[in-house]
Amino acid sequence: MKSTIPWLIAAATGFVMIAAYFIPAAQGWQGEVGTWFEILAAFAFVLGGANLFAYHLGKISARRAGWGYSGVTLVAFLVTLAAGMLKLGVPAPDRYPTNAWAGDFQFEGSVSWWLYWYLYNPLNATMFALLAFYVSSAAFRAFRAKNTEATVLLVTAFIVLLGRTYAGAWLTSSVPENYSALTFPGMTAIILAVGNTAGQRAIMIGIALGVAATSLKVLLGVDRSYLGSDGD
Amino acid sequence: MNRETLGWTVVLLIGALGLFGRAMSKPEGMGKVYIKAVRIAPDSPTDTRTTFTKVEPKDSEAIVSVPRTVGVWIAALGTLAIFSFLYRDNVFYKLAESVFVGVTAAWAMVLGFWESIVDKLLRNLAPGLMRAWALPGLSDKQEPNYLYIVPLILGIMLLWRLVPRGAWIARWPLAVVVGTFAGLKLVNFLDADFVSQIRNTIIPLIVVVNGKVDPWASLRNTGLLVGVLSSLTYFFFSVEHKGFVGNVSRVGVWFLMVTFGASFAFTVMGRIALLAARVEFLFNDWLWLIDPGDKRPKGW
Amino acid sequence: MFDFLKTLDRRWIFLAMLLAVSLPILAQKTFPEQPTLHVRNVFQKIEDLPEGSTIMISFDYDPGTTGELGPMTTALLRHCCLKRHKMLFLTLFETGSPVIDQAIKEVIEDEFAELELKSGEDYVNLGFKPGREVIIAVIGLNLRQAFPSDHSRTNLDDLPLTKNIVNLQDLDLILDLSAGYPGWKEWVQYAASPYGIPFAAGVTAVGAPQAYPYIPGQMLGILAAVKGAAEYEAALGEKYPKYRDPKLNEGIRRMAPQFWGHLLVIGLIVLGNCIHFADRWRGTP
Repeated sequence: MKSTIPWLIAAATGFVMIAAYFIPAAQGWQGEVGTWFEILAAFAFVLGGANLFAYHLGKISARRAGWGYSGVTLVAFLVTLAAGMLKLGVPAPDRYPTNAWAGDFQFEGSVSWWLYWYLYNPLNATMFALLAFYVSSAAFRAFRAKNTEATVLLVTAFIVLLGRTYAGAWLTSSVPENYSALTFPGMTAIILAVGNTAGQRAIMIGIALGVAATSLKVLLGVDRSYLGSDGD
Repeated sequence: MNRETLGWTVVLLIGALGLFGRAMSKPEGMGKVYIKAVRIAPDSPTDTRTTFTKVEPKDSEAIVSVPRTVGVWIAALGTLAIFSFLYRDNVFYKLAESVFVGVTAAWAMVLGFWESIVDKLLRNLAPGLMRAWALPGLSDKQEPNYLYIVPLILGIMLLWRLVPRGAWIARWPLAVVVGTFAGLKLVNFLDADFVSQIRNTIIPLIVVVNGKVDPWASLRNTGLLVGVLSSLTYFFFSVEHKGFVGNVSRVGVWFLMVTFGASFAFTVMGRIALLAARVEFLFNDWLWLIDPGDKRPKGW
Repeated sequence: MFDFLKTLDRRWIFLAMLLAVSLPILAQKTFPEQPTLHVRNVFQKIEDLPEGSTIMISFDYDPGTTGELGPMTTALLRHCCLKRHKMLFLTLFETGSPVIDQAIKEVIEDEFAELELKSGEDYVNLGFKPGREVIIAVIGLNLRQAFPSDHSRTNLDDLPLTKNIVNLQDLDLILDLSAGYPGWKEWVQYAASPYGIPFAAGVTAVGAPQAYPYIPGQMLGILAAVKGAAEYEAALGEKYPKYRDPKLNEGIRRMAPQFWGHLLVIGLIVLGNCIHFADRWRGTP
């Protein structure tokens, strides 16, 4: 029963979604299930936050290695949580001047707004930016023309890297307009429209078949691995 | 003090002195954020409350905002702390990383609470209470919809995962999530990524424009068809890749290599763009070395 | 020298990349840009729509990718304002909402202040709802099911812009500014493909190559990374001369560090291969 009822729930919600695609009368149900899903997603955020809190609290109380950083995480977590839940620094909106709870917790100037723009924003953006350094290091160490396939990959990357900046246009600026396909931007356009499109399309077709097969297995109860290892 | 620590101490000291010198060398300083007071309800004759909004320093009413200026400095130091990982893992990076994790998790939680639990669940279960509290704009006609007890119960069941016993309880809401995705993806992947992609590949191999054969377009379409078929052949493992099939599959591999080469180049491009944005933040918003948008008065 | 390069500490490469990006930013030199076909298609679609058409813009990104998608957001919003199109904003990213607020403030409220565009009449910010692609599937049929009110909690029925919009099928165009999942692919799968709604996207460089198979069948075109933004700015400058000023074109400005960064990566690949082949020639492992 522990896996049969969840499977029946999964199958029911899944088939409602499928039915809505074909039967207009089922579209209202799709909306309802979608809204339930949205509410569950919000509960999942709460679950995620609570899990993080419990994990770091456990780490601190056990004085495990790096517990000081867990303390920093918890302080950042609690401050952001309090700022958002209590809407600190949020004025009452113009339409409801006596009700500060009606304001948006992300209002410009609020504590949450400050945390987002001056902590979350720079840290997040810089973490992504770090990859520019690692990708350049990888280009130097790992990108070798060892065989035909690797050479094709390398030459393509070369052309696209040049074709996507002014360098490519400048280097092939003397090519007559009738032969623009032979310029770096022209070759880049062809690579993207033909070679890249063909390869991506083949991969997409394969993935689509894989997703459809997996979804069917889930809905028909053949695959119940998402429920964990202990069955009925 | 070993050589490396000494070296870094010198570098940090030079950096601090440089910043101090830069801040002191010009009366306008650097890294400051300007705001001005604006009315929350500009059209109201009675509501005279004000709030602050960011403006450019050129604005005649601009005043320096201390919290936002501190924010820019913290953002700049946070940026440098993350960059410090490039040299080696260190305490500054770990601190920045810990702050980031805490803020992100709480942000998602707060957002989920206000946008869904309040705006969807409680709006439907207790509209009167919500109207009096956080949703004053809620229509008077809105009646309680007790069907929403179902997602409430499922949500509580999901939170049961936090309890050491009875983990199976959380499977029911998980089943809703998995079932919803499975149902949606089954149809939409087949439509958009399978049927439509086949349809997009059925194209004329000889393209005729105004009664004349367009050789470039014909070549492009032929290349596309050959590329898709040969790449698919490479992924088709039910037939041994020997002889003709082997050769076709080899062509498919070349097409895939072109795909991966383009992806690599685009990845490089994307990462450099993100780095450029961070560097521009440091030079423009913090150090005031450049003013690409011409937002500060001349000479600053 | 050869041994130095062979065992080169990667931190020297990091320093080279930092300089390749930093120096052009300090120099503030720009290069000319030419709009390519896909960018031109998106531009022309927005240009050709009758004034006052309704466009939904989904901000499916957060600060992590603002460096790539920020410039194209500004350019697209500018174009919509110039054409006086009505705009609906939303995000499927939990950290995307403040990005919408910032774009509204910088473009609609500050840059186009003289138009006096009003929230609720000329644009509506729907904000964020959790649920990812499920949200798209739901609003494909009923906008109010997922967004009963706008971001400031005003019922959609009370807003002049949204009171007659039932679902996505009532829109003239959907634009997605996308950093990954959920993003352009989900908009194609759950909106553009099933309902045939005109759709175009601005995407990060990492995601761009995967979008090409959908063009032109399911997507009108794409703005691929900061280059796409620069091309769109160039297209805008061709039609509206005011926007030829480099100070207004963040995307075009960012193509300078891009130029030198690409050249550095090409140089590193060449250098790496030279070392590899020299090693093979010498017979060392």
